[in-house]
Amino acid sequence: MPVITFIEHNGTEHRVEAPVGSTAMQAAVNNGVPGVLADCGGSCSCATCHGYVDEMWTGSLSSAKADELDMLGGALDMKHNSRLTCQILLTAAMDGLIIRLPESQI
Amino acid sequence: MSNNPLIIVGAGHAGVEVSVAAREAGWNGEIVLISEEKHLPYHRPPLSKSYLAGETAVDTVVLKPASIYERAGIRLLLGNRVESIDRAARNVALSGGSELRYERLVLATGGRPRTLPISVLGAGQVRNLHYLRTLDDANRIKSQLIPGRRMVVVGGGYVGLELAALAVKAGLMVTVLEAAERVLARVTAQVVGDFYAKVHRAAGVTIETSQQVEGFELDSSGANIVAVRCSSGDLFPADLVVAGIGLVPNTELASAAGLTVADGVLVDEFARTSDPAIYATGDCTRYFSQLYQRSIRLESVPNALEQARTVAASLCGKQRRYDSVPWFWSDQYDLKLKMVGLSSGYDQVILRGDLSERSFSAFYLRGRRVLAADTVNRAPDFLVAKQLVGAAAEVDPSDLANPAISLRDLLPSPGRPPVQQPSVAR
Ligand SMILES: Cc1cc2nc3c(=O)[nH]c(=O)nc-3n(C[C@H](O)[C@H](O)[C@H](O)COP(=O)(O)OP(=O)(O)OC[C@H]3O[C@@H](n4cnc5c(N)ncnc54)[C@H](O)[C@@H]3O)c2cc1C
Ligand code: FES
Repeated sequence: MPVITFIEHNGTEHRVEAPVGSTAMQAAVNNGVPGVLADCGGSCSCATCHGYVDEMWTGSLSSAKADELDMLGGALDMKHNSRLTCQILLTAAMDGLIIRLPESQI
Repeated sequence: MSNNPLIIVGAGHAGVEVSVAAREAGWNGEIVLISEEKHLPYHRPPLSKSYLAGETAVDTVVLKPASIYERAGIRLLLGNRVESIDRAARNVALSGGSELRYERLVLATGGRPRTLPISVLGAGQVRNLHYLRTLDDANRIKSQLIPGRRMVVVGGGYVGLELAALAVKAGLMVTVLEAAERVLARVTAQVVGDFYAKVHRAAGVTIETSQQVEGFELDSSGANIVAVRCSSGDLFPADLVVAGIGLVPNTELASAAGLTVADGVLVDEFARTSDPAIYATGDCTRYFSQLYQRSIRLESVPNALEQARTVAASLCGKQRRYDSVPWFWSDQYDLKLKMVGLSSGYDQVILRGDLSERSFSAFYLRGRRVLAADTVNRAPDFLVAKQLVGAAAEVDPSDLANPAISLRDLLPSPGRPPVQQPSVAR
């Protein structure tokens, strides 16, 4: 199972394991990572699962689809490496993925 | 842990969020989260969408895994109903006969489906009439969603239409019976309702409006509906019937305890009921909206969660007013609908975008004030609309309709960064 590291805005790291095929958002929620609210449960409707994908990884993830990009427009502090973690499907190759979290989701 | 118990009745979106957020906000005593349902608390929206369509497994609809409650020291009592509240003794009585003492109590009891009148039902219990609120309901419906069968959906609201969309995709023959003259009549303008009706018809759904359900024809055993009878005299054959005709808030517990209730447990901006030791949140509450200057009761996940966060803050002595902008989403086919605000009282509807391209927004105005908006496949419009509605912004209707003008430029203070929950009183 790939291991993902979420880094909260205050620097606290959370290393979590998650099954292939689940989403980065589920990995965060299932392990109680503070800072990923995921209000809509992953239907790409709320933008409260926003995270920044580490620069080393931005190239290896499939790019965001139109509705994700549209919703990201409403996330706080959007950056070039912003993603909605509910739209990141985990593969075996994503072992080691690092996602930093914004200061606030709402 | 010190013994200052927080008891939460109901473990839907609202109750679960209170439990976890209260712990995070510093509640250091016992937390007991009580649910009459047997399942780990779960998301309801997928029940009429991906879950019922079989696209989502049951473990992905769970709100949080059991380990989260354990880790946060939240005692989750499943399959337990709270039967009564003794406010003087600060006790709740459970269905099993035991009693629990509370320091603070939170009512997050949600609601139950409005049922068809007894006269419509006829005698006895039928096997193929369903309502959809719980995972058990969804599982029962799922077992009867068999390709080729005829399904009649009573009620052309969001839940009914979502059901119709997934059932027709699953190969059933679907008829929607709506009592009003059009679908989504209570919540959307004619253009939006008509657009949805057209999409559904194109997908193969039969939509019958101005049809009041009057009764059912049963088979010889009396246990199964074979047709739905309307007051028009029309008869609609059915192998399965699902009614989505609204929600009744679960307020009986509060009423019996003498709390102020009026189609919802009355709460203030800090989610406090008329008893200072008792809070309430979610679908079961009614409160005064500063934005609309009237009392409202909302049925939506964002409302349940945001109000729950206010309860958690209040419980821990932090000030956090709740008066956020109502919003809701509904996914049908490839259409992502997001609505913001309350449209009642509008005097004109301004369209932006293109119906034929399945990407448009309808703005509801009273005079120049933006009351609400429905956005279809236009998340960027939704995000700006949320700010326009939250700010009670006044706009020039012709600017709103003009695609050459950016919506952002219509915001009261142009260029300010997007805010997720613009609220008038925060
Ligand atoms: C099929 C469906 C689709 C939906 N789709 C959307 C959508 O797309 N977007 C959206 O925003 N909203 C949607 N909603 C609405 C949303 O699910 C609700 O607004 C939300 O679940 C409200 O949460 P709640 O915690 O207030 O109440 P509920 O989810 O109703 O939870 C209340 C819980 O309390 C329990 N309870 C009640 N009384 C007692 C008692 N005395 N003792 C113990 N337990 C008790 C109930 O059994 C229930 O489990 C949908 C709802 C349904 C049914
Ligand atoms: S969880 Fe709502 S957009 Fe990701």
